[in-house]
Amino acid sequence: MANAFPENSVGLVRPEVFHFDTPLTLANGRQLAHYDLVVETYGQLNAAKSNGVLICHALSGHHHAAGYHTEEDRKAGWWDHYIGPGKPIDTNRFFVVSLNNLGGCHGSTGPQSINPETGEPWGADFPTLRVRDWVATQHRLMQRLGISQWAAVVGGSLGGMQAMRWSLEYPDCLRHCVVIASAMKLSAQNIAFNETARQAIFSDPDFASGHYLKQGSQPTRGLSVARMIGHITYLSDDGMGKKFGRELRSGSFEQGNEEPVEFQIESYLRHQGNSFSKTFDANTYVLMTRALDYFDLAREYNHDPVAAFRNAKSKFLVISFTSDWRFSPERSREIVNALTRAGRDLAYAEIESPFGHDAFLVPNQPRYEALFRSYMQGISI
Amino acid sequence: MRIDLRIIDQWIKPGSRVLDLGCGDGTLLRYLTDHKNVHAYGLEISPAGIQACVAKGVNVIEQNLDDGLKNFDDDSFDTVIMSQTLQTMRYPKAMLAEMTRIGKEGIVTIPNFGHWRARLQLLFKGRMPVSDLLPYEWYDTPNIHFCTFLDFEILCAEMNLEVVDKAVVAERSRGKGLSQLNPNLFGETGIFRVRK
Repeated sequence: MANAFPENSVGLVRPEVFHFDTPLTLANGRQLAHYDLVVETYGQLNAAKSNGVLICHALSGHHHAAGYHTEEDRKAGWWDHYIGPGKPIDTNRFFVVSLNNLGGCHGSTGPQSINPETGEPWGADFPTLRVRDWVATQHRLMQRLGISQWAAVVGGSLGGMQAMRWSLEYPDCLRHCVVIASAMKLSAQNIAFNETARQAIFSDPDFASGHYLKQGSQPTRGLSVARMIGHITYLSDDGMGKKFGRELRSGSFEQGNEEPVEFQIESYLRHQGNSFSKTFDANTYVLMTRALDYFDLAREYNHDPVAAFRNAKSKFLVISFTSDWRFSPERSREIVNALTRAGRDLAYAEIESPFGHDAFLVPNQPRYEALFRSYMQGISI
Repeated sequence: MRIDLRIIDQWIKPGSRVLDLGCGDGTLLRYLTDHKNVHAYGLEISPAGIQACVAKGVNVIEQNLDDGLKNFDDDSFDTVIMSQTLQTMRYPKAMLAEMTRIGKEGIVTIPNFGHWRARLQLLFKGRMPVSDLLPYEWYDTPNIHFCTFLDFEILCAEMNLEVVDKAVVAERSRGKGLSQLNPNLFGETGIFRVRK
C-alpha cells in the first residue's frame, strides 16, 4: 500500500541499470571497454528536457538518494529529506537523476565486478579513478537520457567536487552548480585521515592485497576501523560531546568495581563501523578516498582557481557549515573568492550547525533548508 | 524605492562592477542589476538578509565586514557602496580605506547624528537621542560609531579622500527645505560619493 510512505516522499523507486559500451579512456590512461551505471530518477522530465537535476554522491553514497525500494522498506534514500515533492530539490518541478558512480559497490561497475580480461573480480586491479572520470561518465548518462543541459548539478563534499568539475569540463551543460560542504582540494590533514583509513584496511589480513573476493574473505575489521576514523571527522567535537559526552554504556568507576567500562561513544562508533563494513566494499573505499585526495580543481589551470572558474558559465550556490572541520568554511570561502574574482554569479552562506561535515545530510536545519529551497525555486526550467 | 537608493542609482554607471557592503535584503542590488545592468555582489552577515537576497536572485556572499575585506583585490570594482552600515563597523576609518582601495569610487550613506532633533534631545533631555530613524537605546544599538555629516567630511579630508558628490535626505521631519541650506543641522541621511 503506497500510502504508507510519507506524503512528501517520492515513494517507491526502482534503480535502473544503464549499460555503456563505448570505450572510456580514463584520466590515468587506462581504458574501460564497457561499464554499467545504476541510476534512480525522481520526478518527470519535462517536454523541453530543461528540468534535469543531477545529484553527485559523496564518499560512501550511491544512487539511492530518495524514496523506498519496497513497500515494507522503512529506510529512505540518503538525501530523502532534501529530495521530494515540496522539498528543497522539488520533484514536482525537477527531474532528479541520481547514480552510483563508476567504481562504486552498489551496482555500478567497480572493483567487485568481473574483469572481462581475467573472468575474475577486478579487486585491487580496478583502475584508479579521478573525479573527472565520474563527470565524464555522468555526461554520457546525461546524453543517454536525452538531456543537453542540466538545470543544476548538485553535490555535497566529494559530490561538490564533481559539481565544480562539471562547471569547468562541460560549461554549457549546466545552468546552476550547487556545491555544499566541499573544497577545491584536500588539505594535508585531510589526506592524512584518508591514508590512515586506507592503512587500516590494508593491515587487515583478510584484505589479501585487495583480492579478498577471490579468496572468499572480507576485510570487515579493517574497513570498520577505516569507517570509524572517517566518522569521527564527519562529526564535530561539540556535537559528539552533546550526543554522547562521557556517558557509559556499561561498567562503572565505583571503588572496588573492576567491571570493564565502555563509553557510549565507543559502542556507537563500533556499531557504525560494523554496519558499514558489511554493506560497503573495501576496494571501493580505497578508490573513493584516493579520488578525493587526487582532486585539485585548478591543477591544470596553472594552479589558478580564478583562471579555472573563468571557464564556468553556470551560477553557483556554495554552502558551508560552521562546525565542519573536515571541509571547513574556509575551504568554501576559497571557492567563493575564486568565483568572485572570475566574475561568476553566486550565493554563499555559512550555516550555523553543530553537525560537523555530516550537516549537509542532516534534516531539520531550518536555515539550510530554506536557503537551499529558495535557491532551487529560483532556477527557471 | 527609497530616496537614498534612488540617488545612489544616479551615480552608478551602466554595466559597471558594483560591490555592496552590508547589502541587507538585496533591494538595491536587484534594482541596479535590473535597471543599470551592473554586475554586482553583496556582502551580508544576517541570515535573513542572505535568504532575501537568494530569493531575489542577486549575488550575495556571507561575510562579516569587521573581519576585513582582504579577499578583494585593489580597484577590482567600479563602485563600492556602503548604505547605512559604516556606523555599525568596529573600525569605520579602516573600512573607508578598504572601500576606496577595492573600488575606484565609494558611495557611503550615513545617518546624521548632528540632526537638530538629536541635538535637542541631548541638550534638553540630557539623554542619548532616540528617534524613528535611530530607534535604538544606547545599550542595544548596532550603531556604535556615530558621526555628523561634518565629522564624516573631516575624516575624508584627513584620509585624502575627495568628496565628489553629496546629497542630503530629510523626509521624515520638519526642516526638509532647510536641509539643503544647513545639511548638518537639518539633514537626516547623507550620501557621499568619494574617491582616492
